[in-house]
Amino acid sequence: MSEKILYSYTGIFDTPDEIIHAAEKASEYGFKNYDVHTPYPLHGMNKAMKLPPSKLGYVALVVGLSGALAALLLMFWMSAVDYPIVIGGKPFFSFPAYVPVMFEVTVLSASIATVLTMLFIFFKLPNNAHPLNDTLYMKKVSSDKYGISIQAEDNKFNEADVRRFLEDCDAKEITAVYYDKEEINYKHKILEPKFIGFLLFTALLTSGVTYFTLNKLLYMPPFDWMMEQNKLNPQATSTVFDDGFGMRKPVEGTIARGFTPYSFSGQPEAAEVNLVNPLPVSKSVLELGQQKYDTFCSPCHGYYGEGDSRLRGQFPNPPSLHSEKIRTWKDGRIFHVITDGQNIMPSYSSQLTVNEIWAIVHYTRVLQRALNAKESDLQ
Amino acid sequence: MSVVDHTKELSVVEGKPALRSLDDLISKPLETKPDKKFFIALSITLSMMGLFVIGLGLTFWYGVGMWGNNNPVGWAFDIVNFVFWVGIGHAGTLISAILFLFRQKWRTGIARFAEGMTIFAVMTALLFPLIHVGRPWLDGWLMPYPNQHGLWVNFTSPLLWDVFAVSTYFIVSLIFWYVGLIPDFATLRERTSTKIKKAVYSTFSLGWRFSNRHWQHYEMVYLILAGFATPLVLSVHTIVSFDFAVSILPGWHTTIFPPYFVAGAVFSGFAMVQNVLIFVRKIFNYEHIITLDTLEKMNKIMLVTGSMVGYAYAMEFFIAWYSGVQPEQFTFLNRAFGPYAWAYWIMVSCNVITPQLFWFKKIRRSIPIMFVVAVFVNVGMWFERFVIVVTSLSRDYLPSSWAYYTPTYVDFMILIGSFGFFFTWILLFTKALPVVSIAEVKAVVDDAQPSHKGH
Repeated sequence: MSEKILYSYTGIFDTPDEIIHAAEKASEYGFKNYDVHTPYPLHGMNKAMKLPPSKLGYVALVVGLSGALAALLLMFWMSAVDYPIVIGGKPFFSFPAYVPVMFEVTVLSASIATVLTMLFIFFKLPNNAHPLNDTLYMKKVSSDKYGISIQAEDNKFNEADVRRFLEDCDAKEITAVYYDKEEINYKHKILEPKFIGFLLFTALLTSGVTYFTLNKLLYMPPFDWMMEQNKLNPQATSTVFDDGFGMRKPVEGTIARGFTPYSFSGQPEAAEVNLVNPLPVSKSVLELGQQKYDTFCSPCHGYYGEGDSRLRGQFPNPPSLHSEKIRTWKDGRIFHVITDGQNIMPSYSSQLTVNEIWAIVHYTRVLQRALNAKESDLQ
Repeated sequence: MSVVDHTKELSVVEGKPALRSLDDLISKPLETKPDKKFFIALSITLSMMGLFVIGLGLTFWYGVGMWGNNNPVGWAFDIVNFVFWVGIGHAGTLISAILFLFRQKWRTGIARFAEGMTIFAVMTALLFPLIHVGRPWLDGWLMPYPNQHGLWVNFTSPLLWDVFAVSTYFIVSLIFWYVGLIPDFATLRERTSTKIKKAVYSTFSLGWRFSNRHWQHYEMVYLILAGFATPLVLSVHTIVSFDFAVSILPGWHTTIFPPYFVAGAVFSGFAMVQNVLIFVRKIFNYEHIITLDTLEKMNKIMLVTGSMVGYAYAMEFFIAWYSGVQPEQFTFLNRAFGPYAWAYWIMVSCNVITPQLFWFKKIRRSIPIMFVVAVFVNVGMWFERFVIVVTSLSRDYLPSSWAYYTPTYVDFMILIGSFGFFFTWILLFTKALPVVSIAEVKAVVDDAQPSHKGH
């Protein structure tokens, strides 16, 4: 056995009064590296040891205020800068509504930071390899005795003097505490391959399970994402009706809500004669017409009706709307083409309402007149 | 009658036990094998939890249509249970934080247990938002917040505040609890002889060594945490009440809700803590640590908060009349005399009338009677949430949409099951961790603090 390295001398006391007295004497004697160990905090011990007040309050203050500020800025950026949405007519930056979240974030960040700072920075825990751990001394001070430990690294440390000092204080069981072999050679286990492997394994397991759960498991039965429902899909068989068809024809002589039957299907000339545009030429009608024209007509006819399709030849270009023929058509004929389709142009009656089609007709007239203006328009 | 010297503080721990005997007593449940009684209790709570699992299975398989929720009453048992359990959780932090700031030494015997109950109650409460979303297997997508569309959450919504408040409350309570447990883990570490237990306690005690240089910071952190937890505990039920108060529904849209909810939460929380502690002190022989005086003080707090709740009930009626708002007036008359009058009068008799018995010292100090009263309080507080949620929703502004709500058997299975979930945790807690803070109790034993003679 090689020579052991001394950590400290320890003494045990039975009553709180004695330990307070001993601590006072130790600080008067001039020891710096000594500590008192008690099963619970003793009133007046900090004063006896002449300890400066704890600075942890500053950690709570700084982190708490930063948390509040960060929460405020984040909420400001999210709801007033990055994606502003009007909610309930409140301003984008509505401070009173942010107060609850700010408060919670303050409390949360300050509490976590203070505790972590105390445990890991102030105390340098976890530290199960400390020389005092696993000693008889620790067994006693963790239960019902009060102990003082004067460390060998103290400038005034001298084995004989310290022993005499402890005897003067009436300490019992004065013992020397030595470093264990493992404690001297103690290295942080964080860098051990075993620990790193454990971390990697945990990371892989967590991410694997998360990936599987969110991307695979949730698409297996019984999670059907409402794809299977108790209703009839188009083309499906029905057991309710005798003919087995799920899709039903409308009852004879009825029409669906909001649907106006078109009675000139396949009769462009009759439509031209009989249909009259019921809408007035007003700003709002023309704006509606422009919007619908740009959405439904312009992909093929172009924004100005010149037949300059944006489809780059994937679909045959339609003729210009500015031709003599179309300019002289009556409104009803244009309405008919949009409603019923013509050549390869399909019917738009399912996408557009009757009024919207009439508005487009007005807008078409605006386009035509813009290219072939009358003399009077130019004055 | 004995004469009491009122100039001296009464002993918090009776009989000046030796410090080592406290170690022995408190760590005894952890060092002995669970007995038959424990397994009987556990089988009861696990059976209740079985109901929970079946109820949730039915809900998940067939959908929330298994519940009694109907068109006007879209919020029913799920939110009632959520608010009830969050409320139960309030006693723990109140005892550990607010009473700590007020230097109430009697809190030491019950603080650890109450904090544990806080954590389990909040865990129980958190289940309800998760299951009521309809497709609970998608809860995994809530965290982290999925933001593929660049759209952020609505920071002006009380439901969002609720998420922040309850999760903060849970985390801070857990931290508070753990910080308190560190020295006790170290004490247990020094006591135990088995290798596995030693490794576990060493890990959780982080190598704590009872150093006064540590105690000094430790006490400061305890003070800071208590300082933060005090407004936090008040804020949590305030924000839960905002879920209702920020809406425009008659009966919900009132400014009295925050203090009223907080008082109610403390009220029901203390009732639950008292109920459970009566068993704990008897079974584990903690009668001298959790003394009759402590229970009496808890009953006094119940009397105070119960009266506050009663005042709030009266004030709601007064405001409804005084405001001159007709829907508001109708809602309150409807509460007391409408189809849900039975629930309203259960609530009033349990919450307002029963706790008034605590004006009598004999009743405050009689364990069977105080137990029954506290059970009534818990029933009443559950009905309070039921009355607030269901009566307001079932009859709001539009008479054509009125409907009566009746819970289904699945609703009751989940309600009973949530108690099973909660008490299972409590039972496991009593066998896994010291239910009384060893270090804190030692510090308040008579003569445990220096007398500072000659100073």
